[in-house]
This record gives sequence, C-alpha cells and structure tokens, in this order.
Amino acid sequence: MDISLQQVGYLYGKDTPFEKRALQGVDATIRSGSYSAIIGHTGSGKSTLLMHLNGLLKPSEGIVKIGDTTITAGTKAKGLKEVRRHVGIVFQFPEHQLFEETVEKDIMFGPMNFGVPEEEARRRAHRLIELLGLPPEVAQQSPFDLSGGQMRRVAIAGVLAFKPSVLVLDEPTAGLDPRGRLEIMELFNRLHVEEKLTTILVTHSMEDAARYADNIIVMHNGSSVMSGTPQEVFADEKKLTSFRLGLPRSVKFQRDVEKLIGRPLQGLALTEAQLAKAIAFAAKEEGGR
Amino acid sequence: MLEKMIFGRYIPGNSFVHKLDPRSKLSFVFLFIIGVFLANNTITYAVLLGFTLLVILSSRIRLYFLFNGLKPILFLIIFTLLMHIFFTKEGALLVDWKFIKIYEEGVRQGIFISIRFLVLVLLTSILTLTTSPISITDGMEDLLGPFKRLKLPVHELALMMSISLRFIPTLMDETDKILKAQLARGSDISTGSIKQRIRAVIPLLVPLFVSAFKRAEDLAVAMEVRGYRGGEGRTRYRQLKWHWRDTTIMVLLAALVVVLFLLRA
Amino acid sequence: MKEILSMDNVSYSYDSEDEVAKKAVDGVSFTVQEDEWIAIVGHNGSGKSTLAKLMIGLLFPEEGNVNVFIEKLTEDNIWEIRSQMGFVFQNPDNQFVGSTVQDDVAFALENSGVPFEEMVTRVNDALAQVKMSDFLDQEPHHLSGGQKQRVAIAGALALHPKLLIMDEATSMLDPQGRNEVIHLVEELKRKTGLTVISITHDLEEALLADRIIVMNKGKVLTVGTPEQIFARGNELEEIGLDLPFALRVSSLLRENGMELVGEHMTEEELVNELWTSHFSK
Repeated sequence: MDISLQQVGYLYGKDTPFEKRALQGVDATIRSGSYSAIIGHTGSGKSTLLMHLNGLLKPSEGIVKIGDTTITAGTKAKGLKEVRRHVGIVFQFPEHQLFEETVEKDIMFGPMNFGVPEEEARRRAHRLIELLGLPPEVAQQSPFDLSGGQMRRVAIAGVLAFKPSVLVLDEPTAGLDPRGRLEIMELFNRLHVEEKLTTILVTHSMEDAARYADNIIVMHNGSSVMSGTPQEVFADEKKLTSFRLGLPRSVKFQRDVEKLIGRPLQGLALTEAQLAKAIAFAAKEEGGR
Repeated sequence: MLEKMIFGRYIPGNSFVHKLDPRSKLSFVFLFIIGVFLANNTITYAVLLGFTLLVILSSRIRLYFLFNGLKPILFLIIFTLLMHIFFTKEGALLVDWKFIKIYEEGVRQGIFISIRFLVLVLLTSILTLTTSPISITDGMEDLLGPFKRLKLPVHELALMMSISLRFIPTLMDETDKILKAQLARGSDISTGSIKQRIRAVIPLLVPLFVSAFKRAEDLAVAMEVRGYRGGEGRTRYRQLKWHWRDTTIMVLLAALVVVLFLLRA
Repeated sequence: MKEILSMDNVSYSYDSEDEVAKKAVDGVSFTVQEDEWIAIVGHNGSGKSTLAKLMIGLLFPEEGNVNVFIEKLTEDNIWEIRSQMGFVFQNPDNQFVGSTVQDDVAFALENSGVPFEEMVTRVNDALAQVKMSDFLDQEPHHLSGGQKQRVAIAGALALHPKLLIMDEATSMLDPQGRNEVIHLVEELKRKTGLTVISITHDLEEALLADRIIVMNKGKVLTVGTPEQIFARGNELEEIGLDLPFALRVSSLLRENGMELVGEHMTEEELVNELWTSHFSK
C-alpha cells in the first residue's frame, strides 16, 4: 500500500487564540514494501506527521493518500477506521496503552475491533506471543505483572495482531537496555524482509536509520527538507548539520579516518561492519603500495 | 467548544488587576459577594454594575473575549430572567396576552436577580482570568492560615492543589496519547449505542489510572527523598507582597459598601 | 581520600509469593570515595535500581550495612543524611514538584527550612550552574526532557550536596537531551569535584566515570576503571550490555585481518592507532 503526502500542512487549535502551526508543505512518498525512516530533531514535526499516516489527524491543508483512500481537511471520520486497519502504529512507550485483564485479551483487542472473529484473534495472539519471544504462560497473566521489556513486546503484538500492511514505529526502543533494543529492531527488520511489511520508522537514532532503512525523510521545522536513500542523505553532512542532525557514528568515524589519510574510503559506511571492511580494504591498498 | 470556554482559565497579563496580591483579590471577591446582597433598588444595582464594569476595564481583558467565553453562563442568566418574568405575580399587570401574564414586579425582580448573577460571575471570572492558579492557592493558604489552629490541614490542602494544577497539562497530554493509541487499534468512542460507547471508554480509563498512580508513586518518592515531611519547619519560597494598590482596592471596596448602604431602600 | 558511601555485604529481596524469594541484591560490597564518579551498569533487572533505593533509604537491607558519610544508614538519621545528597530520577515529569522551574529548585530548600533570602541566592546560583537561568518562571510542560532533568540537577545542587545520585537519569531522553545532561554532569564534576554515582545502561555515559561497577543477577560482577571493564568485552555482551563503539569497531577490524595494538575506548584513540599502525608509513 503506497502512502503519499502532497503539500500537507497542519495547525493545532485552528481558529483559537492558541493556534500553532506544526506542519507546512510536507511532500513525501512511501512505497509499498519499503523501509522508510523519518528523522528530525525533537519538535521538527515528526510526531504530527506520523499521525497523518493513518488518519488520526486530518491535514489542515493538502492531501494525504493512503492506498486508494484520499484524506483532506473535509474528509469524514467514518471511513478512517478502515484506513487504520491497514496502517498500524506502534507509539512511543506503547506499554502505556495496555488495559486488559490478560495479555491474550489485550492482544485480541485490536483484531476484534476490526472484525476478526474471536477464535482467529486468539490464535493470532498466541502466535505473536511466541514470535516476540515471550514465554507462553504470559497469555493468561495480567500485562501489569510483566517487566517493562515484556510489556513493550505485548503492546507491539497488539498492533501486529490486526495484520496491518503498513507498520509505523515511533521510537520503538526508547528506554530499553541495549540487548532489548537490538532484539526489537531485528524483529521488525525480519518482519519487513520475510512478510514484506511496509515499515516506517520514526527515530532519533541515525544509526538505526542508516542500518535498516532504504529511504529516509528528513523533517525540520514542520517541513520535509530532504529525502533519499541513506547513502544520499548521509553523504551531505553540511545540510544535515543545518537541520540539527548528525551523522551515524560509523559515517562520522569514516570521515575522521578519511581526514587523517587524506583520501576517501570506498562507499559510505552505514554499518559498523561496512566501516571495518572499508578500513581494512584501504589498509591493504596502503600496504600494497 | 471547550477551547473557547474561558471560565476558570488564566490569561497572563500585566494590568493593575493582574498585579494585585492574590490575598487582596480573594478577600475582595469574597466581601464583594456579600456586598452584592445589600443592593435592593435600581440605583444600588446600577452602582454595582458600574463598579463591575470598572474592574473589568482595569483588568484589560477584552470584553469581546470575556462575553464570548461566558456565553454558556449567559444562557443560564437569561433563563433565570424568564423564570422570574413569567412566574412572579405581583405589582401592576403589564402584559395580558392569551395565557401569558407579565407583572411589573416580575420584570423588576428578574432584572435585579440577573444583574446580581451576572456581576458575581463576571467578578469571579476576572479573578481566575487574572490570577494564576498557583497564586490563588498561595493566597488561600495564607488567608486560611488562622484555621491551622483548628487542625485544618491548610498547608497540605494547598500543596495538593498546587500539585494537581501542575499535573493537569501532563495528564491532558497523556489522555490524548492513549486515546490516539487506542483509536489506532480500532477503538471507536464516537459511534455506537450508549452502552458500546461506555465500554469503549474503559481502554482509555484503565491506562490513564495506571499511569496516574505510577506518577503519584514516583512523585511521592521524589518528594520524600527531597526531604518533604509535611508543613512543619518548612520555609516558603513563594512570598506574597502586599502593595499600596492592594490597600487601595480594599478602601475602594469599603467605599462601595458605604455607598450601597446609603442608597439602598 | 575520604569515604562517601559504602555497601557492606548488602542483601535485599522483595516479598514474593514464590517459595524461594530471589534476592534482588545479593551480598553486594563496594566503597565510593570523595570526588569519584562511579557508574553502576547492568541490564534491566540486574539489581541496580534496588541498589539505588538502598542508597537513599527507600529500602533498608535485610543483611549488611549501607554507610553514607561514614554513618550507618538508619531510619533515625535518614532525613539528616538525605539533606546532604541530591537525586535525579528516571522520569523527568514525575519528579518535578514545583509549578515553575524556580519553585521546583527551591522545593528541597523549603523542606529543610532555609531562610527566604538564602533560598533566592541558592536557587539562582544552582540554575546558573545548569544554564537554566532564563527559564525561572517556565512551567514544566513547556520544557524538554533534557531541560527538566537539568532543573532536577539544579534542585539537587541547591542543597550543596556531598553526593549526587542519578538513577537512569538519561534513559528517557532523546540523544540531544542525553548529551545535554551528560555534558553538564561532566562539567560540574570538573569544576566542583562533586562525588557522582550514576546508575545507567548507557555505556558512553559509563565511559566518563572513574570506576564502573557491573551488576548481574543481584551481584557485583566486576569493578574497575572503564579500560579494565571493557577489556572483558565478550563477557559484557553475554550479560546484555553493549560495548563502546570504538571497541566494537576494533573487534570487527581484527576480524577483517587488521592488527591493532591495545584496546581503545574512544574513537579518537582508535583513529590514532589506525594511523600509527597502518597508514603513516
């Protein structure tokens, strides 16, 4: 399912003394099957943009197209539930949305709202508990008795359970320890690769954006200011700095090495592995001279 | 709708009224409410109305904004007026049309009661519009100080109030976030039967309570660790200062009461 | 050197319905000296948060002693001792008591009965130290997470504490907020020689410490300088901790057949090593 935004603008508290502009002239395209990252510093409009991706907010100006549905300022709220079935959002600290008596019921909440029969919803819940690496007995436990990391997984399962074709992730690893962070990011990547799930990651982490995304959208002061592949976006350090963003650590390190040896390394090191390879290659060349 | 409602809201400013000490403002409103009941004829009600207008003008709150924000309450005032007009049966008969009979006393009473109501609402609104909630709390704590002797937990009440006020925006944001998260999971609060709608509120309320309790717990720990042990032996960082302008309005109020006494029937 | 805080064979377990109550903290001993910066690291559930609660007397040990300022921590002296230490907790919102920045900084001072004139000076000084002087009357919901944590630090500094304890103070912040807070603490440390204990799972933060205490399953796994600790690379990864970037890259470089001399904690050191060993010829 393709998503496209054309000249989208958004105002909070429109026509009141407290009116505040959050988005202006945002253009973006997210292709079906892609892994996109939306990056920008705090207050750049990322979160507001995210809520346009499944009709939680309607644009004050411009057009949002989600699959065959077109959303503008005048769109009625009714048709939007259908859109939400196709675009799932995992919000920041999603464990705050848990409310049911048992983990199983909480995971079933989404699918049943979207009309999935109870038995099927239960089957999905159990499959997801397994997929997310939770012990099977948690199904009948209260979500509030779980550890923070487990609660996060249950909440994620609650979104995956209605099988959205687009998954939007808002800082899904915030507050987790390093191991938990890696496990969650690898899981989403697996879903993206194996199930062809269109994934949109909203993140502060340049490293995650560089490592996982094939398309990056840069937000600044409520506008989309840059977009392209990670190679394209992270090649332009000057521009990124002007948007108060930095380079991924591996790219930064690459630049440091290049400054020292006075020539560019091969390619752009988006991951630590690529970085090590590029440096080793350059060292070999050096030795061979 | 709620965005336009201004009753109970604070609009920062720098006017004479804004700069008054919350204690003088609170005493003023309290005594004024009593004073309002002194009025009992046309001239005294006119004086009250004029005085209120003066206060509004010196607060520099835009009249349009004030009346727009108080619309729901104006509706209530008009309702009271009509009740009096139609149901008081005293004095000369003014209108007699089919089953509608309007008497002179009814109109008089209706107008008087409405003015009384209007004046009270306007003045208390001016109080909340020009005084930050935290200043009101400070003022109350100070004015109620003498009641501490009667074991009234004045300090605790004031602290509770100031902490609640401080967390209102935080909890509002939280509510919005949880609402959005559940909407994204297909929850639907705006359609369906009343029963369905009430059930749809549970996914919103449970997380909100869980989070509010978690916050309360964290806050209690933070307060304890920062040495909070109740009001005893505590000093105060927020100091209230009584200025000449506070004395002035108290004198003005006294003058008003004297005038009302002299002019009332 | 003067001892500021020590744990002497401390154990604690939470009440649990299970028959064998697992010890959250199990026979922990260590000493923190004046002017030190100590980082306590461990994955979630390693017992480091319980340790924090024991240090500030929210919990008392079942076995062993917690000594703060060479005094055994008891219910009787807890208030006296707390008035000489500052705390910063994880959630920036839930520890902001005052209705404005300056009120919040003054909160602990009010509690210890500091006279008004002195409060004003201390509040202003503390806010200047954390560079928040321009936000005196700002309300908390208009501040970023990093700013709120800086206010919390100011609230601690206003007490003129002998010890600052930070319990995962940066874990809920965005990278910018995290940097703000870490650099602030680094600077305070340099200028005032404050003793700092920071409980964290951010290894870049831990790298700045003088010594690191690694917790695992309620026990102290190891104590040492960052160099000593990170020399045990794989062992740390096994217990769910990350390695600093420079170390990770070093090990990848070795996998790619490059020889490197020694271990390097920071990117700068690693770049220099690359230059001397491989590119300067």
